[in-house]
Amino acid sequence: MARMLKFNIFRYNPQDPASVPHMESFVLEESTSMTLFIALNRLREEQDPSLQFEFCCRAGICGACAMVINGRPGLACHTKTKDLPGEINLMPLPVFKLVGDLTVDTGTWFRSMYDKVESWVHTSKEFDPQSVEEPMDNTDAEAIYELDRCIECGCCVAACGTARLRDDFLGAVSLNRVARFVIDPRDERKDKDYFEIIGNDEGIFGCMGLLACEDICPKRLPLMNQLGFLRRKMGITAIKQIFKK
Amino acid sequence: MQTVYKDVLIIGAGLAGERVAVEAAGAGLSAVCLSIVPARRSHSSAAQGGMQASLGNSVMGEGDSTDVHFADTVKGSDWGCDQEVARLFANAAPIEMRRLCQWGVPWNRVVPGKSTYFKGGQKFEKVEKEEKRGLITARNFGGTAKWRTCYVSDGTGHSVLYTMDNRCAQLGVEVHDKTEAIALIHDGETCFGAIARSLRTGELIAYISRATLVAAGGFGRIYKASTNAVICDGGAQGMVLDTGAVPLGNMEAVQFHPTGIVPTDILVTEGCRGDGGTLLDVNEERFMNIYEPDKAELASRDVVSRWMTYHMRQGKGVKSDYGDHLWLDIRHLGEAHITGKLREVYEICTSFLGIDPIHQLIPVRPTQHYSMGGIRTDKDGSAYGLKGLFSAGESSCWDMHGFNRLGGNSLAETCVAGGIVGKKLVEFLKGYETAIPTAIISDAAKKQEQRIKDLMSGVKGHENVYKVRAAMQNALDKGAHVFRNEEGLTECVTSLQEILYRARRVGLKTNGLGASPELAAALKIEGQVKLALCVAYGALQRTESRGSHNREDYPARNDRDWLTRTLAYWKNPSDDLPSLEYEPASTVFEIPPGDRGYGKMQIISADSKEDK
Ligand SMILES: Cc1cc2nc3c(=O)[nH]c(=O)nc-3n(C[C@H](O)[C@H](O)[C@H](O)COP(=O)(O)OP(=O)(O)OC[C@H]3O[C@@H](n4cnc5c(N)ncnc54)[C@H](O)[C@@H]3O)c2cc1C
Ligand code: SF4
Ligand code: SF4
Ligand code: FES
Repeated sequence: MARMLKFNIFRYNPQDPASVPHMESFVLEESTSMTLFIALNRLREEQDPSLQFEFCCRAGICGACAMVINGRPGLACHTKTKDLPGEINLMPLPVFKLVGDLTVDTGTWFRSMYDKVESWVHTSKEFDPQSVEEPMDNTDAEAIYELDRCIECGCCVAACGTARLRDDFLGAVSLNRVARFVIDPRDERKDKDYFEIIGNDEGIFGCMGLLACEDICPKRLPLMNQLGFLRRKMGITAIKQIFKK
Repeated sequence: MQTVYKDVLIIGAGLAGERVAVEAAGAGLSAVCLSIVPARRSHSSAAQGGMQASLGNSVMGEGDSTDVHFADTVKGSDWGCDQEVARLFANAAPIEMRRLCQWGVPWNRVVPGKSTYFKGGQKFEKVEKEEKRGLITARNFGGTAKWRTCYVSDGTGHSVLYTMDNRCAQLGVEVHDKTEAIALIHDGETCFGAIARSLRTGELIAYISRATLVAAGGFGRIYKASTNAVICDGGAQGMVLDTGAVPLGNMEAVQFHPTGIVPTDILVTEGCRGDGGTLLDVNEERFMNIYEPDKAELASRDVVSRWMTYHMRQGKGVKSDYGDHLWLDIRHLGEAHITGKLREVYEICTSFLGIDPIHQLIPVRPTQHYSMGGIRTDKDGSAYGLKGLFSAGESSCWDMHGFNRLGGNSLAETCVAGGIVGKKLVEFLKGYETAIPTAIISDAAKKQEQRIKDLMSGVKGHENVYKVRAAMQNALDKGAHVFRNEEGLTECVTSLQEILYRARRVGLKTNGLGASPELAAALKIEGQVKLALCVAYGALQRTESRGSHNREDYPARNDRDWLTRTLAYWKNPSDDLPSLEYEPASTVFEIPPGDRGYGKMQIISADSKEDK
């Protein structure tokens, strides 16, 4: 006999005046290779069509389906029910604005982050369609991609104590983004330019270094290494700035 | 109701949409992209394999040129493509890859010296040249004469889309995510924008624009088993079809990918076969080398999918709870390669299947993958039928893919076409003024408000939208898959007509307030069933086999009667079949129709017309 799974799901529709935040329970029979993607879709199609949650690629590559699963932020499409106990608690990610039930607004948060860290290659070179691309070492390219692999799921932000306390904290994901441009030879920004963006409490100095972000990252990005790397770099820049005064 | 005015409205923020937005913003126009999800979650991010461009930097790409790329594309299309468009594409692709490089894409680069690679399970050696050190390198992909596919490790689409979205942020392009277009605003001649629904609040928003571009991706989710993201559901194509004025091109041309994993249909990249993976049957024996001695696993997708299905029908499939499948074997590529260059594949196998591909075989079968058909445009990306409406990317039928799209040619298309169409759109807007007829806008808004009220109140009926959707998907899976025949297609069309009747009687089970996912599904279901009918009915009429379209009862490619593109119109909203028209596949024939060199089949030559 397959297990009967009990799902306790956070429910609230802010657009419905009759709705109040509460937990609601659903029961579903487990099937082989069941993931939370399969389970939640079945719940919506068979039991409650108003259930709000987000999936897009359902393959662990777009970052849409992050939620708090039995107390831990993670990707729902990536989570097999057989790895979970019979009772499963699902909550929306904290920090991000709630849209309804398990859906939050990550888009607005990330877009404002790009604007803050100026998430693009800063170069004075004009593109010349006639000329060959500038050579780059393959190891550099691969190192950039290593940090580019973030899928903006928001799990690290949701798990971060500092981010929960102060809403201006950039979070590990933003610092990782900055590190990506710091190591990109095409970006002409200098350390002091980066210092202006992250050399403060909103950035590198707000982090308490408790590692929750790296523990939780479904892409296993080396977030702590990047934090350490930037902290050292920014530390040096900070000292230089003090002596300049 | 909120109203937003822009020069350019772009429906879709995947690579195609954002590439056009960059062009528009660069020309000083105001542009907004709508998207169901944050831009970076668009399906473009899922493409792992790479993008074709004949840079010829890798030693295995030596001698490559835009001409060779063009020829591969035309052959790949089974001569169903517009050759003028394929030429524009092949010529611009190398420049576009370099441009992406300038914008920040970390392309993998040439590393001089010796390295090994696999082909058909055998190991070979190659030596990269010193003078090419650090230039953009390429990998091998199915259906191409040279190694031409530029890539970023295992995350090409992800990296390129992130770079493009960075570029949009830099240029101040607005992206209104969680905003879904549900109807175009038009008067039967000119398009003035679209009515959209906020997926945050459920509110309707009118977007008024001088030019509107649809770049909404594929519509694979009208099939049950698809590699596509769940948002690739054809809502936007249905909305365009609903204008009655704009035709969809070649809807019967649906690509099935050989390696969707069983049971979740997640794609494992063509890179697996490109890098030397092999397909095995129930006896763990290779079979592609028997059917296609030359190209074997590297024949184009339609050919490989066909032989796989054929082989399973010969009783050589592996039985499972989810039906028959075959095996993909990448074990011989070794741990370093699998966890490095094919890391995403490794993760998919371990996370979703509980299989370790370093030591175990991967269960695969052909799965819906790509929509060659879509909104028919001319070579400038301008849609047939409505002035001011454009389309690019997978949702369009710009038609460089004809009846079969080559791996790596689609992601490249999004950026290359986005650049070309974007420029044409900017040119179009120079000096283009259009009076904005307020009555038409308020009529369009009222009509959508009424639709929503009707769905909420259930005045049209109480059909369950999810059940109707499942019925549509089953009908297509059964009758319009890899192999097609008259009997199956006739049954498919008949049952889809009944399903269309039900789709018109959907009523909500819930109150539909706020971001209601049930309402979102209900708003597009009728359009989806109409798309399904365009696919099935088009396939029934096309009595030949070409590219991905395989008629068992008409196995020959018939250039005499079918060197044509299907145009499907939905002239009257209450019709229960599309009106089909045909136009020549290409007006220019740089390469006359011939043999593709793989996927052996009979060809009824166009010249036989004169013989008759
Ligand atoms: C798993 C997989 C792997 C692939 N790998 C490769 C590869 O390696 N190489 C290759 O060449 N091709 C590959 N392809 C194909 C390629 O990825 C797609 O064809 C291409 O990315 C499509 O890009 P696009 O910009 O046209 O659409 P998408 O990236 O799909 O973007 C569509 C956009 O439209 C929006 N949208 C849709 N409907 C609406 C609406 N009604 N209102 C508002 N917004 C809407 C979406 O939110 C999204 O932003 C792959 C496809 C799949 C499924
Ligand atoms: S290490 Fe820093 S960024 Fe990471 S979770 Fe802790 S406080 Fe947040
Ligand atoms: S760093 Fe990791 S956890 Fe954070 S958003 Fe990116 S992928 Fe998610
Ligand atoms: S749905 Fe894309 S990561 Fe889960």
